[in-house]
Amino acid sequence: MKNYPKGSRPQLSTGSMADIAFLLLIFFLITTTIDSEKGLLMRLPPKLDRPIDMEIHERNLFNILLNSQDQIMVEGKLMNDISGLRNDVITFVLNKGKDKNSSDSPEKAVVSIKTNRGTTYKQYIKILDEVQAAYFEIYAERAGLTPDVFRALDQKDPKQRALYLKARKGIPMNISIAKPSN
Amino acid sequence: MSKFKISSSTSEEIPTSALPDIIFMLLFFFMVTTIVRPHEIMVEQHIPKATQLRKIEKKSLVAHFNIGAPKNVHQYGSEPKIQYNDVFIETRQIPQQVEEARARLSEPEKDKLTISLKIDEEVKMGIVSDVETQLKEVNALKVIYNTLKDS
Repeated sequence: MKNYPKGSRPQLSTGSMADIAFLLLIFFLITTTIDSEKGLLMRLPPKLDRPIDMEIHERNLFNILLNSQDQIMVEGKLMNDISGLRNDVITFVLNKGKDKNSSDSPEKAVVSIKTNRGTTYKQYIKILDEVQAAYFEIYAERAGLTPDVFRALDQKDPKQRALYLKARKGIPMNISIAKPSN
Repeated sequence: MSKFKISSSTSEEIPTSALPDIIFMLLFFFMVTTIVRPHEIMVEQHIPKATQLRKIEKKSLVAHFNIGAPKNVHQYGSEPKIQYNDVFIETRQIPQQVEEARARLSEPEKDKLTISLKIDEEVKMGIVSDVETQLKEVNALKVIYNTLKDS
């Protein structure tokens, strides 16, 4: 080792450390995309070898049709404003046989979304979002939570999972995505 | 009015010796949160907004499909295409790709594969349903439509 005269130990100059760190910081700032792995979860129906004619009574089916001009038809009526759709779905699901033209029970209730091949994906997501929102409002009310808290329940935690399953019991999220028409 | 004796020995400089530490803290934060995208996105991605978002439980169990009009219109045309990893694929190749993604997972996780569909909002439902039909072929039924948070 080299001998230094007393009192003059060599020092590393740290003045530019901040600048170097800044450079790195700016690099990561630019390259970062906080990627959100979030979205609308759906379970597709399994593939059927041959179509089965399952009897779904007309009253248990809530029809939403989307055409290639992104127009919406709900239960046979043209709908321009979808703000009421959520409540329509809730009343349909929770009808429990009261109204003769609405569902028998929440278990049998099916919300069917049928699109056209020309419908935009944006419109489809908007409708799917509203329908899911309706179901989550029902679940959240049964669990005594707000819909936001309910959706964030952790499935890995047994306590939270029990709450989740309890709220969903008897009310499956029956959303049917029909094959688009040409 | 009272008078204060101004001490001339007081240093008016802001101590900057802790500055590198602060910057390093920020730096580490961004380093940890950064996900280096292994694949370049070759399609237009204007993701629609929705409110009913849910998280994917395990990120390693996800296969990503990006659908949209190609960015490079001259080379690939303007019709929406499906991108998987680094390449454009046809709808009929999807089952094979899903099987390959499955093969990389361990045995108990094989049926937990989630398909993440990142689809441009201008894409028509025709291609989306074609993709879903192919996914049903290989029994990959858990799908997440990637969306942004609508505030």
